Amino acid sequence: MCLGVSAVSADMLLQHDRGLPAIEKCPTGIGGLDEITYGGLPKGRPTLLCGSAGCGKTLFSMTFLYNGVINHDEPGVFIAFEEKPQDLIKNVGSLRYDLERLIDAGKLAVDHIHIDRNEIEEAGNYDLEGLFIRLGFAIDSVGAKRVVIDTIETLFGGLDNHALLRSELRRLFEFLKDKGVTAIITGERGEGSLTRHGLEEYVADCVILLDNRVHDQLSTRRLRVVKYRGSAHGTNEYPFIIDHQGITVMPITSSGLAHDASSERVSSGIPDLDSMLEGKGYFRGSSILVSGMAGSGKSTTAAHFADSICSSGERCVYFAMEESPQQIIRNMRSIGLDLKQWVDNDLLRFSARRPNLYGLETHLAAMHREVMEYQPAAVIVDPMSALMSAGVTGDVHSMILRLVDFLKSRDVTALFTNLGGVQAETATTQMQISSLMDTWLLLYNRESNGEHNRQLYLLKSRGMAHSNQVREFIMTPDGIRLREAYIGPEGVLTGSARLAQEVKDRANRIQRDQDLERKARELERKRQATNAQIEMLQAQLANEERELAHLGKERADREAQLSMDTQAMAASRYGARSKAERARPLSKIER
Amino acid sequence: MNEEGGYNLRLYVAGQTPKSVAALANLTKLCELHLPGRYKIEVVDLMKDPALAQRDQIVAIPTLIRQLPEPLRRVIGDLSNADKVLVGLDIQPT
Repeated sequence: MCLGVSAVSADMLLQHDRGLPAIEKCPTGIGGLDEITYGGLPKGRPTLLCGSAGCGKTLFSMTFLYNGVINHDEPGVFIAFEEKPQDLIKNVGSLRYDLERLIDAGKLAVDHIHIDRNEIEEAGNYDLEGLFIRLGFAIDSVGAKRVVIDTIETLFGGLDNHALLRSELRRLFEFLKDKGVTAIITGERGEGSLTRHGLEEYVADCVILLDNRVHDQLSTRRLRVVKYRGSAHGTNEYPFIIDHQGITVMPITSSGLAHDASSERVSSGIPDLDSMLEGKGYFRGSSILVSGMAGSGKSTTAAHFADSICSSGERCVYFAMEESPQQIIRNMRSIGLDLKQWVDNDLLRFSARRPNLYGLETHLAAMHREVMEYQPAAVIVDPMSALMSAGVTGDVHSMILRLVDFLKSRDVTALFTNLGGVQAETATTQMQISSLMDTWLLLYNRESNGEHNRQLYLLKSRGMAHSNQVREFIMTPDGIRLREAYIGPEGVLTGSARLAQEVKDRANRIQRDQDLERKARELERKRQATNAQIEMLQAQLANEERELAHLGKERADREAQLSMDTQAMAASRYGARSKAERARPLSKIER
Repeated sequence: MNEEGGYNLRLYVAGQTPKSVAALANLTKLCELHLPGRYKIEVVDLMKDPALAQRDQIVAIPTLIRQLPEPLRRVIGDLSNADKVLVGLDIQPT
């Protein structure tokens, strides 16, 4: 789809580069249509707008005229075959088009052509000069540059001479070309042909087909440029919506994939997650997918991001598909996020709507409009998967694609949450949107040991070196904490298993500490015992030394005494026996 | 000429085209034949007064409108088919 359009735009560029004459365009002012047609309808030529009843042909063509007057000061003429001017004015009043003011200002002429078969008798040859006169008069009276004829095929019902009608129609389109007006001719969709009476034969320059299809009780309007002579155009079917703000066609906006890529970073609002993203967070203008099962913390992650954006003084739009804003605010308070303050400060806008309230296209358009109006720095869609109920898978994919493109082109960071089933871990999501996303966070809720534990894994993050670890995701009263999972001999543990393992580890450590302490004490005691023993022995030794000294002294004393006694004895003996006594040894007595 | 039962007819033309001329001739002939003295024909040239085309809801040219007697009736064409004109104007042939 994108390739087709971009190839076409390349052709356009080439044409411009060569300076070849290009068809002059007349902008419709209808959002999206001018992009598809590269500028609008062929200027000065008639365009056929066909579609079945209720497709919005009248509103479409009236918007063309209204925008011509308001934006380009090109007066317009509306020739109505089906509705009376009063009804027409009332009907488009719902789009806030004040036709009466334009008519009074002479910028718009509305002429109702009424043909009732029962009132008219055909008697002979005639032509439709009256119609031409009226048309010419209306064009001249306001100086019209734009003309709408809605629906000219009514003539076929009112007049019998179809051969004449056909030649007059051919003349009418020539007349419009001669007048130099850009015209829209509406036609009813016919079976097997674009219009019931083959108007496409006469209006060969540009044919636009409107369609209204109902799927699952939700209708989606689509537009297709069937042909555009002399100009490139988008060839796809583009959904469009009609609401109180007019008509919006939704082309795949940035078909060239040429949006700027910012290298600026925005915090995810979760410091631990930022640290997994090089410590800086997401890229500005990137798209982030948070997928996981019910209760895995997707909305909480989203709310953190919103909080982070608002804290930095920027605006955020929160598209809530399942919860009411009040409920989200209340729930987030439990993890310490006060979103209410941002709402009060007009930094956060909740846009809550049930997904099955409208069709996808209306959702998309509403989102577009909200973003255009509020100019947020970030957008949250929570959960994107809820949109599945509003359309078929292919449509949801294309819608998300266009939304992502649109947001990227405006440098708006987008966070989508996606409720994945059990298969959330496999690298596919129901809507095949994972490839559109720059950053993809997977939230698990893994069961082990009879409990579920939240885990977060950063599956991809384009353009940055991101962590490859599975972290445990814990909600605390102060917000989300990501803990590094316990990695040990038992493998990766989370939750109470991790706690148990940690307790076990702690017990082991304490045990070891205690052992060591005991050993030390024992050694100390031993040392003391040894010291005591040493002291005792030294005392003993000292005692013995003292005793020895004492004995030595005793002996010396005794010897001294003995020698004195001997001398005394000898002296007394000398007195009796003199010489003989002295010559004899004294040993016997001594011993 | 505008007495009771009189016909007030208005023929819308756009310039002097062959169809317009034929229509006026056919109408005059028919009125003379069936409504002698009881009719009045007014020719409106939309080329001169184009605003009237919108006011009087004229699409085809020529258009003949029976203003009186009521109700309003329309016949379109050059009025060459006299029977149809009589039916259209609700005139009893004499």
